[in-house]
Amino acid sequence: MIRRKFIKAAGLGLATSLIGTGAMAQDDMRIALVVKALGIGFFEAAAKGAEEAAQELGGVEIIYTGPTDTTAEGQIEVINSLIAQGVDAIAISANDPDALVPALKKAMQRGITVISWDSGVAPEGRQMHLNPSSNPLIGNMIIKLAADHLPDGGEVAVLSASATATNQNIWIEEMNKVMGNYPGIEVVATVYGDDLADKSYREAQGLMQSHPDLDAIIAPTSVGIVAAAQAVEDAGKAGQINVTGLGLPSEMAGAIESGASKSFAIWNPIDLGYSAAMIAHALATEAATAEPGAAIPMGRMGSVTLDDTNSGAMADPFVYDSSNIDAFKSIF
Amino acid sequence: MTTPANAIPDRLQTPWESRLKSWEALLLLVAIAIFIANSFASPYFLNAWNLSDATFNFTEKAMIAFAMALLIISGEIDLSVAAIIALASTAMGAAVQAGAGTPVLILVGLGTGLLCGAFNGVLVTRMGLPSIVVTIGTMSLFRGISYIVLGDQAYRGYPSDFAFFGQGYVWWVISFEFVLFAIIAVIYFVILHKTNFGRSVYAIGNNPTGALFSGIRVNRVKFILFLLTGLMAGIAAICLTSRLGSTRPSIAFGWELEVVTMVVLGGVNILGGSGTIPGVVIAAFVIGLVTFGLGLLNVPGIVMSIVVGALLIGVIALPRLWSQWRQR
Repeated sequence: MIRRKFIKAAGLGLATSLIGTGAMAQDDMRIALVVKALGIGFFEAAAKGAEEAAQELGGVEIIYTGPTDTTAEGQIEVINSLIAQGVDAIAISANDPDALVPALKKAMQRGITVISWDSGVAPEGRQMHLNPSSNPLIGNMIIKLAADHLPDGGEVAVLSASATATNQNIWIEEMNKVMGNYPGIEVVATVYGDDLADKSYREAQGLMQSHPDLDAIIAPTSVGIVAAAQAVEDAGKAGQINVTGLGLPSEMAGAIESGASKSFAIWNPIDLGYSAAMIAHALATEAATAEPGAAIPMGRMGSVTLDDTNSGAMADPFVYDSSNIDAFKSIF
Repeated sequence: MTTPANAIPDRLQTPWESRLKSWEALLLLVAIAIFIANSFASPYFLNAWNLSDATFNFTEKAMIAFAMALLIISGEIDLSVAAIIALASTAMGAAVQAGAGTPVLILVGLGTGLLCGAFNGVLVTRMGLPSIVVTIGTMSLFRGISYIVLGDQAYRGYPSDFAFFGQGYVWWVISFEFVLFAIIAVIYFVILHKTNFGRSVYAIGNNPTGALFSGIRVNRVKFILFLLTGLMAGIAAICLTSRLGSTRPSIAFGWELEVVTMVVLGGVNILGGSGTIPGVVIAAFVIGLVTFGLGLLNVPGIVMSIVVGALLIGVIALPRLWSQWRQR
């Protein structure tokens, strides 16, 4: 008897929640921002940007989520639960470009808009991919950072990662292509610190000795730039030699303060999260279609043009200097 | 017919009495409570497809958990299972590059699992090394080989019929993995609870020396258990690789502890000697339901780990506190 009552009660409970499914109001568009792992400053900042986009758009709810560790399996569990909730769009920074494809394909089959940002997914697993920047933009930015502080021209040297580092080599190549736009700037040497702090430090010291008139060191690597700034500071040449390139605000705050670095660049995670949310919204509302050559609007960030693989670059790397370093150094 | 007063009865309690007081009954109540709580907490929970998707969160781990349960009952442990998945998956990936078809891939996956299990088994039973030390070592060794082979690369290009094992459905929402999980559960139930082999596993866990003197070939049984664990890791590797459609050396990272959690939550004594397969089955569902339910509410993963940890401690501590309180 008691048992029967229990079953009835449970059945009633199930029934109510089933009715609940239909009755639940769904006026907000739900965009899930899936990151590599929770608790990483870079992604928390991206979530901030996505929230900003949601406020600007109105009627959009951002679900900021991700696994505890940076694993593909963890992200698949998150994706499955997002499919179950029937979100409108998933914007993901992937832990693995291939392993997520089956799960994301399933999401698309159930009518969910899927895009990747920051760290991409193979083309068959997403509608489009948003790169924070592009190789030509980065190559141009690193030389521009040095040239902006050298109106009369001068000698610059490059401190790279290893000689075989694919990314750095492409960026330096792109930099060389645009050197003509910066007359008077001469690249006197390219050295390799192998992304090791001590080796990069010694290479920077060597550059200062062999080129006494050196005006700037460009390090397109977050390890090299910190080591070079330290070497310049220790040699008492802060303010004289400008260390610039790609670095992380948290690691470069000291160098900006001491004057060893006047400015450096890296993608802005807030802009990235903002743009990802804007694109996801545009595609989910069918205001734009992801296809090669299409220009998809990203609110205050302009628009992104897609290439043959449906991927596009958001913008120039964001420049950090004494005016904004304090706001960003605690973020990433 | 009268029973002599000093006879040892077949059973100490009537079946129904013991079942109601059992760990499994408590765990089943927990599972039902979680199911009901989930269906109230999220409007998306009671949906056949969603529940089907949820099973993928635990089926592969549970397959290993059955073999692990036997191993732990016998007083040993295998912490290299996740690394075996990585190595087996890497071997299958290499076989794909060499042009192997699905049947060969299955053999490669199962074979690698068996070889790894045999390696662990030999080190433990022949060399007499403690299994926790051996398998912490092979955990680094097996995954290390995957990292050496693959580095930051990935194997992909698995044949399309291979996808069935991790993505296929047998009937409506019933996935192939779920069916496999159910079949394996039944097999392990029979092995542990209905055969002499199962009895000897308990005997070894309770008193290895006693088991030896009563004629049980202790090392042989243990070796077979390591083989079985390796084999299950190989099966899990086939399912997971098929589900992901690619192999990276970081595949299944950290799964060994999730498998052990499942086994312990299922009521298996971590010191060996006791535990049941139905307990592990219910524990698999409990963990699957908890993580999926919390996932639907978009609870961050770290909070999920805390909940699973609290559940583990709670479910283990409460019965002990209860019996202490009753004895007073």
